[in-house]
Amino acid sequence: MTDKRIRYIEEGFFRVLMFFSTTGIVLTLLLILFSILMKGLPSLSWEMLSQTPKGGFYYGKEGGILNAIIGSLYLSLGSTILAFVIGLPVALFMNIHLIRYKRLVNAVRFFLDLLWGVPSIVYGAFGFSVMIYFGIKASLIAGIVTVTVFILPIMIRAIDEALKTVPRGLLESTLSLGATRSETSYRVYFRQSFSGIVTALLLSFGRAIGDAASVLFTTGYTDHIPTSLNQPTATLPLSIFFQLSSPIQEVQNRAYASAVVLTIIILIISLSVRYFEKRFHKHKIKF
Amino acid sequence: MDRPAKIVIKDLNLYFGKNHVLKNVNVQIPEHKITVILGPSGCGKTTLLKSLNRLIDLNPNVKVSGSILIDEEDVLHTRKDITQIRRKMGLLAQRPYPLPMNIFNNVAFGLRISGRRNQLMLKRRVQHYLEQANLWNEVKDRLKDSATSLSIGQQQRLCLARGLSVDPEIILADEPTSALDPLSSMAIEQKFVELKKNYTIVLVTHILQQAQRIADHVIFMYMGEVLEQGSADEVFNHPKHEITRNFIKGNFN
Repeated sequence: MTDKRIRYIEEGFFRVLMFFSTTGIVLTLLLILFSILMKGLPSLSWEMLSQTPKGGFYYGKEGGILNAIIGSLYLSLGSTILAFVIGLPVALFMNIHLIRYKRLVNAVRFFLDLLWGVPSIVYGAFGFSVMIYFGIKASLIAGIVTVTVFILPIMIRAIDEALKTVPRGLLESTLSLGATRSETSYRVYFRQSFSGIVTALLLSFGRAIGDAASVLFTTGYTDHIPTSLNQPTATLPLSIFFQLSSPIQEVQNRAYASAVVLTIIILIISLSVRYFEKRFHKHKIKF
Repeated sequence: MDRPAKIVIKDLNLYFGKNHVLKNVNVQIPEHKITVILGPSGCGKTTLLKSLNRLIDLNPNVKVSGSILIDEEDVLHTRKDITQIRRKMGLLAQRPYPLPMNIFNNVAFGLRISGRRNQLMLKRRVQHYLEQANLWNEVKDRLKDSATSLSIGQQQRLCLARGLSVDPEIILADEPTSALDPLSSMAIEQKFVELKKNYTIVLVTHILQQAQRIADHVIFMYMGEVLEQGSADEVFNHPKHEITRNFIKGNFN
């Protein structure tokens, strides 16, 4: 066989491989989405979205999951904002102020990646033990703090990856103008990697709103909508969990309807944030 | 040299890790002239330029000894704020790096960080510096447009205007025409010749013809050493060193 034929066979093999893995993944995701919609949509009603659980909700009687919707939004928006406020300076510091200390920064990256892989129940247990130490009860604020710690590694690393793509020449040019490193950080790097930062926000938000284990002990569960940070709070993933564990078919179907709600929330937030990003991001310099 | 030297470099040695990049560099750069640092790629020209405004600080494992006196102040060992020193020197990089904002703000950025925030004044100064860089007529109707909408040549002039906006005394140019077409390159060269009245210009290039066209003072570098320095006439017409002679004749490898 000639060299040329081997190359063609190689090309063909990998193309088929890539085609099947891509379609395989997309089909699986579509299947999940489809099964959620199939089982969930029939049970989805305005009552479910607009009411808190009444007595007997978990036995198939009336009520809705408004408590979990509001609770999840409070919790994940709160922790995403908090993680952003902490994570952005960390990522900027790593990429601009510590640019000379490559090894140190790479070590930090390594540990953040490790933390990223730690299961969320560990964060939940950690948060719970800290709460016991300080004598705090399960509450919205405890959940927000725990989830913030849980999504911080993702937030920092995702922003970090975006900042890494900013070319060195831009840093040199800005510093040459006599800008301080902070001015460079917030006025130049932030703008230049805005779309990456938005992606980081969405990734973190998605992880925050979809996680059940980290909030299991820390926020607790309630049928009421919280009116203060010190009250326990319901969340959608836990609500889904409790409804799915019911033996009653109708309640199980409502679990799928709740999953549809969760999916739609993520969809709405993603699309609207992307829309705003486009309007804000026309000045990005392409290198 | 009829004027006193603006920049005096004494016994400068620089290492990146174990790599000895600049070897015993002793150089004088005269005021209000175009000094060209000439030499083949990888000879340390850019590193020498970037040590002037201490951009080498950004590199890991960099070791420097010697001194760089700018207006008799040692920038390597100064207690002054580094941003004050950098503000004295505008940098024009190998390719333009406009800021991710609109054309007006690109120039106004420099003014704002030096504390000028009066809107009317900003407008007047931005126009002034864009005119200085011969860009005003092309962009006056589209100041709100993104800097990316400009051509590369225009972007480089925008960067020049931005560099001038912080009112430097020295212009450091690191092969500023290497990404540009011949016409834009000529525009930048001509600009330099005009600007030398008011600024001290240090230009790094590996293009011999460019050096011959605009240099007043030439520093020839090879493998991290300064082989030759003097007026353009001296270096180009009466080179002392064999390697310089070959480089100028063009049979260099």
